[in-house]
Amino acid sequence: MTQLALVIDLNVCVGCQACVTSCKEWNTSGEAGPLVDMNPYGADPTGTFFNRVQTFEVGEFPNTETVHFPKSCLHCEEPPCVPVCPTGASYKRKEDGIVLVDYDKCIGCKYCSWACPYGVREVDAQRRVMTKCTLCVDRIYDQDLPEWDRKPACVRACPTNARLYGDIHDPNSVVSQAIRENGGYQLMPEWGTKPANHYLPRRKTRITVREDELERADNPLKIDSQLPKPGRDEPSLDDVTSW
Amino acid sequence: MHPAFSVLFLTTLIGAGQGLFLALFSVEAYAELGLVPAPGSDFFAIGSLLSLGLLGLGLFASFFHLGRPERAWRTATKWRTSWLSREVIVLPAFMGMVFLYGLAHWLQFNPPLGVLPGDNFVLLTVLLGILGTLLAFALFVSTAMIYAAVKFLQEWHSPLTVVNYTLLGAASGFTLATALAAWAETGLVPFLAGWAIILTLLGLVGRVTSLIRNARIQPKSTLQTAIGIKHPAIQQKSQGFMGGSFNTREFFHHRSPAFLRAVKWLFLISAFAIPTALLALAMVMTVDPTNVLIAAFVIQYLGLLAERWFFFAQANHPQNLYYQSVS
Repeated sequence: MTQLALVIDLNVCVGCQACVTSCKEWNTSGEAGPLVDMNPYGADPTGTFFNRVQTFEVGEFPNTETVHFPKSCLHCEEPPCVPVCPTGASYKRKEDGIVLVDYDKCIGCKYCSWACPYGVREVDAQRRVMTKCTLCVDRIYDQDLPEWDRKPACVRACPTNARLYGDIHDPNSVVSQAIRENGGYQLMPEWGTKPANHYLPRRKTRITVREDELERADNPLKIDSQLPKPGRDEPSLDDVTSW
Repeated sequence: MHPAFSVLFLTTLIGAGQGLFLALFSVEAYAELGLVPAPGSDFFAIGSLLSLGLLGLGLFASFFHLGRPERAWRTATKWRTSWLSREVIVLPAFMGMVFLYGLAHWLQFNPPLGVLPGDNFVLLTVLLGILGTLLAFALFVSTAMIYAAVKFLQEWHSPLTVVNYTLLGAASGFTLATALAAWAETGLVPFLAGWAIILTLLGLVGRVTSLIRNARIQPKSTLQTAIGIKHPAIQQKSQGFMGGSFNTREFFHHRSPAFLRAVKWLFLISAFAIPTALLALAMVMTVDPTNVLIAAFVIQYLGLLAERWFFFAQANHPQNLYYQSVS
């Protein structure tokens, strides 16, 4: 069983929104027609996006940290949005685990969006059907693209490589290794939806240096320190040695 | 959640239609047993027509909820998993049964279909009535389960939702049947008004129970589980866009807490208190109570619209955790 998914590294996401615009560009140019943009230059613009990057502040000033948080369909392994669909338009592909909407069957009743705790499905006001992230299903299998380009548009766009893409059921894939080794986690695990997309936590790189490590603890006779050091005003080793 | 008027009208109108049919068949069943005076067949025919009208209006309203109503026929396909699909199947089936029931009464076509032990005849209208009653309850369950089955909406995810949809629909239907009886068959007014009061009071108990339950709900999801960061102090600084989106429109009522409280008291008074008082008044009135009972139904119906509005507005979707701050 294959389960394609994204792994998003919150440690390196800088919130540049490149994945958002790249996603919109790819998916608005597809066969299914444009993703609506209403009043794009007006007072209250609104439109359909499959991917959003949000920003959260963790902690209290001055000890705060800014977390940029990209959010798109998580392609759950137990997708709650699928069984509620009355027409079967919302479905999960057996072959690769991608959750999709059949735009020709959808009646736009919005029930699947109620049944998604993550708020990643958006009704397109112009198409009048439910739309959502397709994991660029029209791109990742496109034989006309070179092999290295067969990845979701958001993954290709990310300048910091914060978005990894692969099969999370293959233990040797990049994404499985990242989840395993870097503490990958799922969103809202309390609902049992088993999201396929994972997130990698923020990580701090710290080196703890103790006093004795600076002083060479394995040097009991203090030979290092017994070497004659030049006085502050005397010439250093680079000029003329004083010993 | 955003209360969409299409759904408010759908659930309240078909609820009243189902309740009215249950009231009609209750009258027929009691009359068969000789407990209430048997009304003329016109009473059932007009009642069924009225019920059919309410169901039809509800069905009509539901189409406004769909983005692609021309594809609505597809909704009947996934009845194995989707309560919405089940409702779409049961509603027309129930309407068909109400139509046949009314037609049989109107034509006075009521042949005995068989004989039960004790020389009791199985009448066609009774058989249709029993089938209709089963479908009415199936429809109450399907409609309510659409909401009760969504586990993410903890305010809805409870058997109380099913109980309340059934009781409130039945109460408004019995009130309407009482008004109909006052106009067509005055002998039935005490019987129907009595049941309408009982159902309204039971509905009040059910609704207040769910209000108490919902006031104590502990949200399962928090901002911490939503983004997976274990820190008590997290604030959203940007939801990723400045304008609105489907997510900011569909899942929030955009009203103040004071407005919600006002609607709550409005529906408690207008869906329960006033109709109960008017029904009780009609039971003791010596003059024609038709107008009082029509007022009771209209006030109760408007109260139930407010109740349904509140039902939606009170439900807090976990996705709102992601949409708390524009920028």
